This record gives sequence, C-alpha cells and structure tokens, in this order.
Amino acid sequence: MNGLNDIMDLSIGEIDELLNTADDIMVHPEKYASLCKGKKLATLFFEPSTRTRLSFEAAMYELGGNVLGFSEAQSSSASKGESVSDTAKTVSCYADIIAMRHPKEGAPKVADMRASVPVINAGDGGHNHPTQTLADLCTIRREKGRLNGLTIGLCGDLMFGRTVHSLIGAMSRYENISFVLISPDELRIPEYVKAAYLAKSGIPYTEVRSLEDNIQNLDILYMTRVQRERFFNEADYIRLKDTYILTPEKLSKAKSDLCVMHPLPRVNEISVSVDDDPRACYFKQVLNGKFMRMALIMKLLGVKA
Amino acid sequence: MIIGQIKEGIVIDHITAGRGMEIYKILHLDEKECVVAMIKNADSKKMEKKDIIKIGEIIDLNLDVLGYIDPGITVNIIKDGKLFKRERLKLPERVFDVIKCKNPRCITSTERELRQEFRLTDPEKRTYCCAYCDAFAK
Repeated sequence: MNGLNDIMDLSIGEIDELLNTADDIMVHPEKYASLCKGKKLATLFFEPSTRTRLSFEAAMYELGGNVLGFSEAQSSSASKGESVSDTAKTVSCYADIIAMRHPKEGAPKVADMRASVPVINAGDGGHNHPTQTLADLCTIRREKGRLNGLTIGLCGDLMFGRTVHSLIGAMSRYENISFVLISPDELRIPEYVKAAYLAKSGIPYTEVRSLEDNIQNLDILYMTRVQRERFFNEADYIRLKDTYILTPEKLSKAKSDLCVMHPLPRVNEISVSVDDDPRACYFKQVLNGKFMRMALIMKLLGVKA
Repeated sequence: MIIGQIKEGIVIDHITAGRGMEIYKILHLDEKECVVAMIKNADSKKMEKKDIIKIGEIIDLNLDVLGYIDPGITVNIIKDGKLFKRERLKLPERVFDVIKCKNPRCITSTERELRQEFRLTDPEKRTYCCAYCDAFAK
C-alpha cells in the first residue's frame, strides 16, 4: 500500500503531522504554492461528487500541480467493463498520484494494490472516506482546541454513512471520548464498526433515537444525510429521509460551544436558518478539507516545504 | 474396527466429530488415488468423540483452511512408519478463497480474478472480516 485507504492506516503521530502542516498552509500559503510543480493528480470519480473532487483539484492546483481525470463512470472505460485493477495500472502511467471515488467498497484498496503510484480513497460505497475524516479532525481541533475529552453525537444514517465510520475509528484512538449514536433502528451503526472500534477499545457509547433528548450533552454534533443512492428500495428511503432535521429551536437546548458538523451535501437534515448560528461549522469543514488534502498529497508524494 | 497403520502419509487427528466429511471434501480427497480412510466418531479421551482421516501419501495441505474450519485439528506427518512432524493448528490470521464475501457492495463481487481475502478480527469469537469491505463473514 502506497496511498491512503482507511484513516486507521495513519498513526496519531502522522495525523498530528498532517494537522500541523494544514495549519501552516493556512497561515503561509505562499510557501506551498509551487511544491508540486510538474506533478499530476488523477481524480477518478466513478460516482458523482462536488466537494471532494473539487477539493482535491483545488488542493493540487494550490500546490502548483496539475489535474486530470473524470467525474462519472460513464465517461471512463469502466462503462466498457474495464476492471479497477486495469484502470489503476493505466492511470499510473499518466499521473503521480490518484484520488479515487467508487461505489464498490474496497475498490480504492484494489487500485492501490495494483497502481504504481499512491491511491487515495476519496469514498468507497458506504465504507470509508478518510480524507473527509481528516477534514473533520482538523475542524474539531481548530474549533475545540483538542481531540480528546469530547462527547460526540453522530446523527442520521449511521449504517451507510461512510464518513461516520471513519470518524468513529479516528476518534476512538483519543482519550476520554464518548459517542451518542442517534439514528432510526433501520440505520444503526454496522456491527463491524462497533466491534472494531467501540467494543475493542471499551469506548462508551449509547444508541438512541431522539436528537432532542440528547443534544444538550454533546460537544460535537455530526449530522449526516440519508443517502438515496445506498437504498435498494425507494420506499425505505422516502420513509427515513426526514427523520432528523436540525432547527434553531432544537439547537437552543444545546451547549453554547457545540460544534455542528456535516460532511455535506445536506438535503433537509439541517435547516438553512441554522447556517448563521456561530455553532454551525460545516462550511469551515469544506475549507479545512482542502488544506488537509494539500497536506496529504505532499506527504504521499514525499515533498516538503 | 481395525484400520492399519500407515508407513508414509498423513493422519489428520482430533477433528471435531461430524466434521470429517466436510474436511474430506475440502481437501478433495475423493480425487486421490492413494488409500484414504475416514473414521467417524472414534473414541477420544480428550474429546469423547472425534473424526480422523488417514491419507496414505504425503500431500500438500492448506493448513490455514483446516485451521479456519476446525482449529483443534492435529496434523501428523508419518515417514517410515514413524511420526516425522506434528502440526497443531490455530486460527489463521488471514484466509484466502475459503470464505466468500456476501456484501453486494463489495469490490470482490465484480472485480475479475480478485482473491477472496478475510482477516481474523476476534480470535475468541472466531470472527473474520472481508479485507476489502470489512463485512463480517457469515
């Protein structure tokens, strides 16, 4: 493995290093503006994306590099039946690093096994999304000043929400963390996530259905979208999609320093009227994500300021 | 019932009673030309009942597969009528092409010639997860 498939592939020390680099990029962007001159990033997106793809592309441009790629499977040879392995080997001939999003879980791992350049998992089905987690960690550290001693509420689609799975894994390695898992019964956290991160490390957690009854205990509230594309049955999606909607009224019961996060895109789960609340941090996450991706690209390409 | 000793071959001992036939099939012993004896429900001090397989030839065995199916198995290699080597099996850390991932979203469901790979995540509960999508083995 040359790239990043799972946030757990990074040690806490490596994450700290990336967070520190991102902080420095924010203050001194000029130091980083041509570090990747002559390097190419391939963005292979087999599923639609706005933020992640543009964030990777912006990150590479701000490092002085170039970008090539595609933004949907129909415009790649996957539509002709090409395997992930062959695509990875082919693109390795054109680019120095690859960011891949794919609906099949484990596809970026397969690509990283076969490619001769590092492959970054930019989201694989309902499985992992490690660079979103880097953005989340950056946001938590910047907003709360620490990554330990936090009660984190995760709300919405916890079954298919890949960002949730990666964030639980990442945060379970810090001290004095507890989780409040808020979801309908049908979208509870998968057993493998509980077994791998929560039960294994003895992390305290509760599984509840009500956001209103639990919001007052939280330091972080991580809202997620119920994802239409993960359902085989449209009726189930319709029934569950508006289970949780965060409004100013519900937020009035929360701590004054709560940090409200969302990996975006949102549909209805956070009312637009919450955006002006100083506790709303989801657009800061977007910006932080770009800086963390810059730090990650530098690390994987072995370039330093 | 008397089954003779073998001079050269393998004795797979301490098979959980009732699992001998499963192991016989997985090892494709029906395709072997040599003498093969399957003993069911033999008396055992340790296990009360056990199955035993005797193979009259030294063949390559995938010990990881055997360890995954029945980690209590003992494999005895016999040469010149004497015990040459004894392998006590344990749950393997990884198994290849033994378990098939049932997650329809897993890359193993579509990628050609990608080996099924599972890793041991909880030895006490004998839990294995897909190395690609992390789904539990079912």
